[in-house]
Amino acid sequence: MPTIRNLSVSIEDINILRDINLSIHSGEIHILMGSNGSGKSTLARTIMGFPECIIKEGDIIFDGSNINNLSLTERSKLGIFLAYQYPVEVPGVNFVSFLRIAYNSHLPKGKGINTIRFTKLIEEKAKLLDIKLSLIKKDLNDNMSGGEKKKMEMLQMLILNPRLVILDEIDSGLDIDANRVIYKAINTLSHQNKKTAFLIITHNDKILNFLTPNFVHIMTAGTIIKTGKAELIKEISKHGFKFHK
Amino acid sequence: MVLNSINKLGNDYKKKYGFRDKVINTLDFGKGLNESIIRKISAHKKENLWMLQKRLDAYSIYLKKPLPSWGADLSELDYNSIHYFVKASKGVVQNWNDVPEKIKDTFQKLGIPQAERKFLAGVATQYESEVIYHKLKKQWDKVGIIFEDTDTAYKKYPEIFKKYFGKLVPSSDNKFSALNTAVWSGGTFIYVPKGVKTTIPLQTYFRINSKNIGQFERTLIIADENSFIHYIEGCTAPMYTTDSLHSAVVEVFVEKGARVRYTTIQNWSTNVYNLVTKRAVVKENGIMEWVDCNLGSKVTMKYPSIYLVGNNSHGEILSVALGSKGQNLDTGAKVIHSGKNTSSIISSKSICKNGGKTIYRGFVNILLGAINSRAKINCDALILDNNSETDTYPTNILNEGTAIISHEASVSKVDQQQLEYLMCRGLSSEDASTLVVSGFIEPIVKELPMEYAMELNLLIKMNMEDSVA
Repeated sequence: MPTIRNLSVSIEDINILRDINLSIHSGEIHILMGSNGSGKSTLARTIMGFPECIIKEGDIIFDGSNINNLSLTERSKLGIFLAYQYPVEVPGVNFVSFLRIAYNSHLPKGKGINTIRFTKLIEEKAKLLDIKLSLIKKDLNDNMSGGEKKKMEMLQMLILNPRLVILDEIDSGLDIDANRVIYKAINTLSHQNKKTAFLIITHNDKILNFLTPNFVHIMTAGTIIKTGKAELIKEISKHGFKFHK
Repeated sequence: MVLNSINKLGNDYKKKYGFRDKVINTLDFGKGLNESIIRKISAHKKENLWMLQKRLDAYSIYLKKPLPSWGADLSELDYNSIHYFVKASKGVVQNWNDVPEKIKDTFQKLGIPQAERKFLAGVATQYESEVIYHKLKKQWDKVGIIFEDTDTAYKKYPEIFKKYFGKLVPSSDNKFSALNTAVWSGGTFIYVPKGVKTTIPLQTYFRINSKNIGQFERTLIIADENSFIHYIEGCTAPMYTTDSLHSAVVEVFVEKGARVRYTTIQNWSTNVYNLVTKRAVVKENGIMEWVDCNLGSKVTMKYPSIYLVGNNSHGEILSVALGSKGQNLDTGAKVIHSGKNTSSIISSKSICKNGGKTIYRGFVNILLGAINSRAKINCDALILDNNSETDTYPTNILNEGTAIISHEASVSKVDQQQLEYLMCRGLSSEDASTLVVSGFIEPIVKELPMEYAMELNLLIKMNMEDSVA
């Protein structure tokens, strides 16, 4: 599980994050809030390992090892999963074929799941999330609405069964029913794998109706200025982020 | 970082494809070409005067014709260092057991025995300049399909042969059709009788396996009325130290109501000049489909063409080109509409990487009187890096007021965001690029038989395999 120490990050020589400290333990749910442009997405992308996020200072420790220099692929294999705010469309790439390669890449070398069993696994999880089978037959995020894409992100999450889930505004811009499915997916995974930890970036205080975070962090101008419990979300809803400066 | 690893694609071509077997050539008329060599080829094949004269006439046309003034650079091609006729094993064999061990070994590396097992179909395999292995499945004999190497067909069926040979692609068509006619050897001859529809594709594998051997096969396909045939050619060649020439001529005759699908997977090693003339003529209600995949060669110039002469005839040319370092794939399509209510579809997908060059060159002409005809052209190019180049040269001529030509073209760069998205779900950078590239050509690949679609995807994957930078 990640421990972030004194992390400073820049993108294209512009400093975005400064001196971030954050520890997430197995099974914990962390919520990260903050105004637009405060650096939440950059933190998510730095933990995932996107090459444009240059670590200027500090360490990301995962299971006791420094992972600063690991690639996206390697971090995914460690069990880190980032759900996109705007999932990328990849026309021509069949969803099931893609996900099976992804699934197999998380298994020990030489192991693999066969197509029939894998299709069954997908159908079972899709049912749980009220995802129509016609969506699964499509190409990866191709010709889908924003809500459908996000549901498909959640389906990928349930299948890949990660140890650290980072959700970047997965519940933004969706209607209440779609959000309910998203929160259900989070709850399902945390029951399915009690050790999975979550770092949830959100603007939506309704999330508290569906799950209880262990910690809530407030981010402003590239750093975490306050950490508290669920009540913090209610305060922010009342007074906004500025109140805490 | 990701693009770095893409740039390395295909660098291990030599290791992957460049195997060269030690085969002892049994007959070789040496380098270069002159009239005496043509006479020797004809005499060796025990041809009659008609064919000898055809060859000699073609040779004199070849000498007079200039090189094309457009297209790829052919100036490095050294015609005097090419072997125009080499025979690797004696005669044509019917039985797999009679194929020499060494040659079988080469085929095994190409996966041919597996293909044979899976398809349970006959295989006619051209090796070096002549077909050495030719086995027909009994059911084809039963329904009267002739599936022979072209030399054999010339001897066994002289009347059909003379009726069609050179009628669609005359020696005077271009410099390389003249050269092919002068020195042709091997190739495939197929005749499908009226009303006969095949369910299993007929396929030929061939490859060059000796230094400086030009391969000049001649293919002739005649689909009689209301018949259907799917013919597949797949080729791969080992690596050479000097340039090699492959110049084939393919003529396809689609009679009334017949349908021919001709699928090619071209994977010559990257020193081969692949200059091929492919043409089909389609009569009333007939359908011609070229499915053309070009992965290898140094230079390819190939524009499968279709003459829609019969009313209500239809033509399709679907092509894929993957051009890497040192490659120039100048490919395309040509359709002439002269019948009424004719329709055609051209769909071209090209990928260039690591300094490769891919070009789409198309020609569509709807003649006056081809009323209500429709032509649809779609060409998409995918560029994987900044060193590579792609161009499109479409010529569309519409002389008939009631007809429509539509043309769409797109050029896109490989999307870093797509690759990263796939990688952060655990895919390696090679797997991610393979998926994106496979996804791009998927509309064409899905038209291939599953076996070949898998083979093509495998070839692309082999191209993409490399360590992450």
